[in-house]
Amino acid sequence: MTIYLPIAELSVNILIILGMGAAVGFLSGMFGVGGGFLITPLLIFYNIPPVVAVATGANQVVASSISGAITHFRRGTIDIKLGTVLLCGGLAGATIGVWLFSLLRRIGQLDLVISLLYVVLLSTVGGLMLWESITAMRKAAKNQQTTLRRPGQHNWVHGLPLKMRFKKSKIYLSVIPVAGLGFCIGILTSVMGVGGGFIMVPAMIYLLRIPTNVVVGTSLFQIIFVSAYTVIVQASTNYTVDIVLAFVLMIAGVIGAQYGVRVGQKLRGEQLRALLALLVLAVGIRLAIELIIPPKDIYSVVSAGFGF
Amino acid sequence: MRRFARTALALLALVFAASALAAIQDENADFTEKLEIGISTDEIAITSDFRGADLTIFGAVDGFDQSLLAQGRYNIVVSLEGPKDNATVRKKERVFGIWVNTSSMTFELVPESYSLSSTRDIETIAPPGEMGNMGIGVDHMRLVPLGFVGDGSNLGEFRNAFRRIRETSGVYERDPGGVQFISSSLFKASVRLPANVPNGVHVVRAYLFRDGVFVAAKALPLRVVKTGLEQFITQAAHQQPLLYGLMAVLLAVITGWGASLIFRKE
Repeated sequence: MTIYLPIAELSVNILIILGMGAAVGFLSGMFGVGGGFLITPLLIFYNIPPVVAVATGANQVVASSISGAITHFRRGTIDIKLGTVLLCGGLAGATIGVWLFSLLRRIGQLDLVISLLYVVLLSTVGGLMLWESITAMRKAAKNQQTTLRRPGQHNWVHGLPLKMRFKKSKIYLSVIPVAGLGFCIGILTSVMGVGGGFIMVPAMIYLLRIPTNVVVGTSLFQIIFVSAYTVIVQASTNYTVDIVLAFVLMIAGVIGAQYGVRVGQKLRGEQLRALLALLVLAVGIRLAIELIIPPKDIYSVVSAGFGF
Repeated sequence: MRRFARTALALLALVFAASALAAIQDENADFTEKLEIGISTDEIAITSDFRGADLTIFGAVDGFDQSLLAQGRYNIVVSLEGPKDNATVRKKERVFGIWVNTSSMTFELVPESYSLSSTRDIETIAPPGEMGNMGIGVDHMRLVPLGFVGDGSNLGEFRNAFRRIRETSGVYERDPGGVQFISSSLFKASVRLPANVPNGVHVVRAYLFRDGVFVAAKALPLRVVKTGLEQFITQAAHQQPLLYGLMAVLLAVITGWGASLIFRKE
């Protein structure tokens, strides 16, 4: 069964796209991540032009983050003030990112930069997470208490000026690292088509020492707006958001996510983190191999309309 | 005065050359044969389940020589050429252990798709020089590099890579038996439109050869258009990009919100 994608301008098998969306949705529901870091590489492996994959991936992230954010909003685990500071940095980052995206596309290095960013970020984050969760599992086996956050410990981040009080998070923190983090994530969103939760959550916990209970909700809050902004900017500068592809992915994704959540609830936190770490590492390694092994063809052709 | 005369002469020569070229384009004056072609449709619609299309072209040769025809000395080549666009070929090299695009070459206005059908292998129909002059066949397609290409020593490798990639990806193809005579003067040709066909104006061209010499040619336009929803979406994306982006986001919001309402049981 084929479906024609009007923006990517090619016919694809709808069942494969539905399968991709459902699988990524399942994993994102299970691990509580947006899934952008999985969907964009998958689409590229399936021959969707990278420019379309990145912009459409951001659109899918909006849909998958919304339901999560609604849940957190009901529970009151979103720090709107903190989220807004993150968002300001994020919007600036996304603007720079889209500009960078167009530039890299013009000079023909977009695919390389996307792959390199994925490899570096996924293997770093995946490696750290795996190490952390294995340590936690060992401690759990020895019946020791585990703490993700060591309160009272301060680092260089807490010495920065322009401090602001975030009531909900119960912290007093400089806006510079918060907006800076948002800025970096914003660039990643527009260049890689990811929400950036897999980097933002650990950075908020370990670097900014924000309480874990508000971290996920607040990062989702920022992700929704930055991804939505990226979609709109990509649509108006590069015309690369494929609404048909995005819709098929979203529908499959939100349904898959529901089942993922159920499976996720049955697993222990550290087991879940170890599995997610392995998944993140696997995607990173797959992309690294692609960069290192000699390509099937050292030449590639792109026409003016598309490609990168 | 002498300078003026020289300029006038040059101009005259140019006009002659141009008109001679124009004559070659259509009909070769030395021959009596005439070529006519027709296609069943001048428009192909891309629908949501578009999987490529086969196009049949009918044609007739008038004023042919009976004895030459009997000996199979007439040959016909039919091509379907897609809309033209610049295409960039990039070459990867290993830099610090990873494969990076290091050099590139852009070819000016090459067809996005090209399907060739002929009575037999085109290399046996006419000498390569003749085919080269007319630009018939993937191997003879004009690939003019855009901008500065240095000493041009790598022109050949980029051209070859371009042809090879376009052929292996199926957008350039040839069928050396795709044209058949169904009666003494009527022929039928089939060309294929690939699934990832670019929309726009395609051109069907038919060429008649007698004994390896070009005799006549005819061209017809074929429009490939997106229809219905596909057309609407493309138009919206390009003409109302901001609104389109907002719609895409709205769709995502509704889907995400809807899902959280539907599956909200606990």
